[in-house]
Amino acid sequence: MSANDRRLLSLKVRVAYPGFSLGVDRDIELAGVTGLFGPSGGGKSTLLRIVAGLEECAEGTVIYDGEEWQTDSSFLPAFRRPVGYVFQDARLFTHLDVKENLEFSLERRPVDGGISFDEVVSAMGIEPLLHRHTDALSGGERQRVAIARTLLTNPRLLLLDEPLAALDVGRKREILPYIEALPKRFGIPAIYVSHSVSEMARLADDIVVMEDGRITAAGPATSILNRDDMQSSALPFEAVSILEVRVLEHLEALHLTRVDHHGQRITVPIMKSIPQGDKARLSVRAGDIVIATEEPRGLSVRNTLPGKLLSVSEQSDSAFSMVAVDVAGTTVKAQLTHHAVKELGLRPGTEVFVLIKTASFDRGA
Amino acid sequence: MPDLGPLWLSLALAGVTTAILLLVGTPLAWWLSGTSSRFKPVIEAVTALPLVLPPTVMGFYFLIALGPASPIGSFWMRVTGDALTFSFSGLVVASVFYSLPFMVQPLQTAFESIGRAPLEAAATLRASPSDAFFSVAVPLARRGFITASVLSFAHTIGEFGVVLMVGGNIPGKTRVISIAIYEHVETLNYAAAHVLSAGLIIFAFTVLLFVYGSGRGKPVHVR
Repeated sequence: MSANDRRLLSLKVRVAYPGFSLGVDRDIELAGVTGLFGPSGGGKSTLLRIVAGLEECAEGTVIYDGEEWQTDSSFLPAFRRPVGYVFQDARLFTHLDVKENLEFSLERRPVDGGISFDEVVSAMGIEPLLHRHTDALSGGERQRVAIARTLLTNPRLLLLDEPLAALDVGRKREILPYIEALPKRFGIPAIYVSHSVSEMARLADDIVVMEDGRITAAGPATSILNRDDMQSSALPFEAVSILEVRVLEHLEALHLTRVDHHGQRITVPIMKSIPQGDKARLSVRAGDIVIATEEPRGLSVRNTLPGKLLSVSEQSDSAFSMVAVDVAGTTVKAQLTHHAVKELGLRPGTEVFVLIKTASFDRGA
Repeated sequence: MPDLGPLWLSLALAGVTTAILLLVGTPLAWWLSGTSSRFKPVIEAVTALPLVLPPTVMGFYFLIALGPASPIGSFWMRVTGDALTFSFSGLVVASVFYSLPFMVQPLQTAFESIGRAPLEAAATLRASPSDAFFSVAVPLARRGFITASVLSFAHTIGEFGVVLMVGGNIPGKTRVISIAIYEHVETLNYAAAHVLSAGLIIFAFTVLLFVYGSGRGKPVHVR
């Protein structure tokens, strides 16, 4: 999406329930996928429901792309808002088969044209499912049908509420490429709710962080996910590093993809959904990284990246230290034992090699 | 062969009553299933009253409320030129109230078990509330509708006390099957009473078998 595809979502909303309150006053620029990220119970889904008009007790204003959806004196009901909402539990209509579920949207969309039935069916790969009953679908298939059904309403804003949360790793792997391709293919800005760092790293261009019903941070995905203060907060972060790369080639026979990271070559499990030459984000857990002071030989590890050690921070009450290494301009975090740090003599400025197994880049979950 | 007039009258009464109950009971059940109003328990209690009251209590008050001296009865008299008590219309009014819980409770349960989730989904797919009601809630509550209609119909067929008090025993007008049986027994015409009674038992059993049997054992494909 180009810059002029940016849409402004202007929120000034509050809602209070026993034991929970939410207050958000912020303008959010939406383009591509915006991740709404934070711990469970932090109000992410509630905020999404407010935007969709499903929380009628919410007060305040919601303005999207210049359209007033909610003000102090008006409330556009959910069925009049041009949003597409994908629920965590898919919510397919069980009295209709797959095709009829899709037609439900088609029959009710205000204007003809826009996203076509065939286009959506092929984009979501659900052609073989059309005449199945909804009971006969797997979790991943159900979610793909739900996304297709939502797209057919011609939404101008897509809201995805933890669409993968109810799926096991295998199903996530099956459906992620479809979601990943959505913004480019259909040009609709999306807000994607999740508490999974790897989903965020993979899908989100920008990230809005929500905790205790408040927005606590917002910005480009890489900088938000790499921020040190994020790692130590109460967020569900396991320490990860995000590498921005460009796809060089897909090695189909080997099921691998070679990417470029600022001149360094990295090999990752194949990610066919991203075309050659396109950018991608990789996430790797700090616990999956090995640090060497000399270039090792005879190892199965495919990725050996030279870097310079930036800092060592001891994590009290544990066996581990968090080591930050500058790798071609990206800060990569590695979780090492105090013992290893001491024995290798690691200190800021040390030239090291960062070793990452290809399997650590598995982008399934 | 006994006179089958009372049978047809019972079927007509039950049919009309069930049709009216569908129109009245559906919105009431829908409202009860979704409201958090403080009047909800009051309405629920009123709806359930016919389940616990002796039919004679209801019949007694219907007789007073629908009688020619009452506002309702005299209004009816002016509009139709006929009395509401001891008439088929009066039986319909009484039956609607008497069978109300048999329509409202299964429907309310059905609507409640559907929950808000499918309706929210319908709203995000541009379905207005009334559209969502007819195209999502009603088809999903299909089994509830069948159960409620069958029970209302059957319960109306089986009523006796209310009918006797409000309608009396006028052949072709208010002598429904249960009254006819009573009449046969009183006049020691046991053969005719047997035919009608055994017929009712078979009818009731068939209906209940249908209610309990429907929707069970339906193959559900889950992978």
